[in-house]
Amino acid sequence: MQVDEATVRRIARLARIKITEAEAKGLVKELSGILNWVEQLDEVDTSAIEPMTRVVPIELKKREDVVNDGEIANDIVKNAPMVEDHFFVVPKVVE
Amino acid sequence: MTDLNKLTIAEAREGLRKKEYSATELTQAFLKAIEASNAALNAYVLPTPELALKQAKESDKRLKAGEARPLEGLPLGNKDLFCTFGQRTTACSRILDDFQPTYESTVGANLWNAGAVMLGKLNCDEFAMGSSNETSAFGPVVNPWRRKGKDGKRQSDKLVPGGSSGGSSAAVAADLCLAATATDTGGSIRQPAALTGTVGIKPTYGRCSRWGIVAFASSLDQAGPLAKTVRDAAIMLKAMASHDPKDSTSVDTPVPDYEVALGRGVKGLRVGVPKEYRVEGMSPEIEKLWAEGIAWLRAAGASIHDISLPHTKYALPAYYIVAPAEASSNLARYDGVRYGLRVPGKDLIDTYEATRGAGFGPEVRRRILIGTYVLSAGYYDAYYLKAQKVRTLIKRDFDEAWKSVDVVLTPTTPTPAFAFGEKLGDPIAMYLEDIFTVTVNMAGLPGISVPAGLSTEGTPLGLQLIGKPFDEATLFRAAQAIEDAAGRISVPERWWEGIKTSAPAKPAAAKKKSGSKKK
Repeated sequence: MQVDEATVRRIARLARIKITEAEAKGLVKELSGILNWVEQLDEVDTSAIEPMTRVVPIELKKREDVVNDGEIANDIVKNAPMVEDHFFVVPKVVE
Repeated sequence: MTDLNKLTIAEAREGLRKKEYSATELTQAFLKAIEASNAALNAYVLPTPELALKQAKESDKRLKAGEARPLEGLPLGNKDLFCTFGQRTTACSRILDDFQPTYESTVGANLWNAGAVMLGKLNCDEFAMGSSNETSAFGPVVNPWRRKGKDGKRQSDKLVPGGSSGGSSAAVAADLCLAATATDTGGSIRQPAALTGTVGIKPTYGRCSRWGIVAFASSLDQAGPLAKTVRDAAIMLKAMASHDPKDSTSVDTPVPDYEVALGRGVKGLRVGVPKEYRVEGMSPEIEKLWAEGIAWLRAAGASIHDISLPHTKYALPAYYIVAPAEASSNLARYDGVRYGLRVPGKDLIDTYEATRGAGFGPEVRRRILIGTYVLSAGYYDAYYLKAQKVRTLIKRDFDEAWKSVDVVLTPTTPTPAFAFGEKLGDPIAMYLEDIFTVTVNMAGLPGISVPAGLSTEGTPLGLQLIGKPFDEATLFRAAQAIEDAAGRISVPERWWEGIKTSAPAKPAAAKKKSGSKKK
C-alpha cells in the first residue's frame, strides 16, 4: 500500500497530531514502507479463522453495579495544566 | 562493608536476615553507586533517595523486630512506565510533563508492601516503543558492556542496552539496583536482558496486573522483572504477580513459589527446537549459542525435539498492526486537558494537535499514525482483523507444540548489542530486533531470557525459553539449568564509575510549563 501526502495529512488530522511539511514528506516514505512490509500477511489464508480476542480462556469478570469509588475530585484535577475549582479549563468551543 | 551493590537479591536477603548490614547501609551503597554512575549511563531518570531511605528505615525496624516481609529492605529500580504515588511518572515522554500520580501501580504496591525499597525511576523508550532506549525524551541509556577490539581492549563506542526496558537492564547489569521492574509488549524485557547479560522474564498475559502501568498495547503488555540471576528473577516475579480486580484481564490463579521450582532440575523435560527460528542471515555465533543451549539441557537430562511453528514469520508484521492500533487508541488520552503538557492553539482542536505534535517523539507519532490508518474507515478488516486472525494461527502453532514438548528453546535476539544510531534511521531494521520475542506476546505465553555466553565482540548473548500458559515455574527450572552450565556473566570493566562529564539526565520531559496553573 502506497500512501500519498494527502493521506498522511488526513491520518495526522484524525490522530490530532500537528505535523510539518517536511515531516509529512518523510512519513509518506516511512508509512508506505511499513504498510508494504505488513502486507506479507496476505499470504496467509485466514478465511476460516476466528480472530483472537483473548489469550487464555477466562470469563470476563463482573462485579456488582454499585458506586465503589469517588470523592476524589482533587486527585483528578491535580495534574491538569489549567484548572478552575474542579473544572478542566479549555479554549472556548461554542460561540 | 564495600560493594554491597554487587550482591544478588538472594545474597542481600540472607545478609539482612543475618544482620551483617542494615537495610539503610544497603540502600546507601546503591544511592552512592547511582550518584557515581548515572552521569555516564543515564539509567535513572529520577533517583528517589529520600523515599528509599525512609523505606529502608522502616525495613530496619521490621528486621529488628523479626517481622521481615519477603523482600524486606531490598533496593529495586522501577521503570518509569509504572505510576508511582507522588513521584514523577513520564513514560519517558515529553507529553506527560511532570505528571505526579495520585496512586501506585498494583505491581509497584505489591513490591513495596513486600518490603522492597524504591531507589528511583528508570529510563525507557518513549511509551515503551523502541528496542534500543534511543527514543526516550531523557536521552539514550548506555550499555555498561563495551565491545572488545582486535587488540583485546574494550572500545569506547557506546552500545545500546536494548529496549524498551533499557534503563532497567543497564541498572541491573551495572549494579545500580538489585533488580528492576520492566514491561514487555514485543520483547522489551527479554531483548534488553539478552543485550546486557541479565535475566528477564515476561510472564503469561494476565499473571501480573497492568493497573497503574502506562498503557501501550493492552492485549500484549505484561510486567515482569529484570534481575542478575534466575533465582532473583523467580523471587521478584513471585512478589510482582497477583490477581487484581482492577485489571479485568488479570487471571485469578495461584502464584507458585518459583524459588522451590529452581531445585527440581530438568531430568525428563521435553525441549522443543523450532526450525522456523533458524532465520536467514542469522549470525554463526547465535547459531553456535543455540546449539550449546541444546547440549547443556540434554546433558542435564532433558530430551530435545525438533518442532515446527509454521506461522512464526508472520508474528512480527501482525504485531506491527495490532500494537500500533492499540497504541493509537490508548494514547488518545494525551490531549493536553487532563494532565501533562499543553501547547495552546487557536482553538480546542488546534490545542490538541499542537500539544500532541510537540509532546510525542517521532517513533511514537509514527506508530500512532500507523495505528490510526489501520483502524480508519474501510481498513479495519484488511489490517486489524486480519492480524488478529493471524494471531489465532500463531497461538495454534504453540498449542500443537505443547502436545509433544514442555518448553521451547530459541535465541533471544538475532544479534548482540549494537551501537548508538546503528538502526535508528530504519524503522523495520529496528523492528526486526524483536523477531524471536514477539511471537510470545502474540500468543500470550511466558518467555524468559537467560545469559548464555559472549559474542566474538565480548558482549552478552541470551537464550530464550518459551513456556505453556501459567507455567513460569518450568521456565525457571530450565533457565536455571542454562545458568548453571553457562555461568554468571558480569561486566568485566566498571568504566562508568566517577564519570562526571557525560550527558547528564536532563529532565527533558519536565521542562517549562505551558499554560498557567491555577489552584
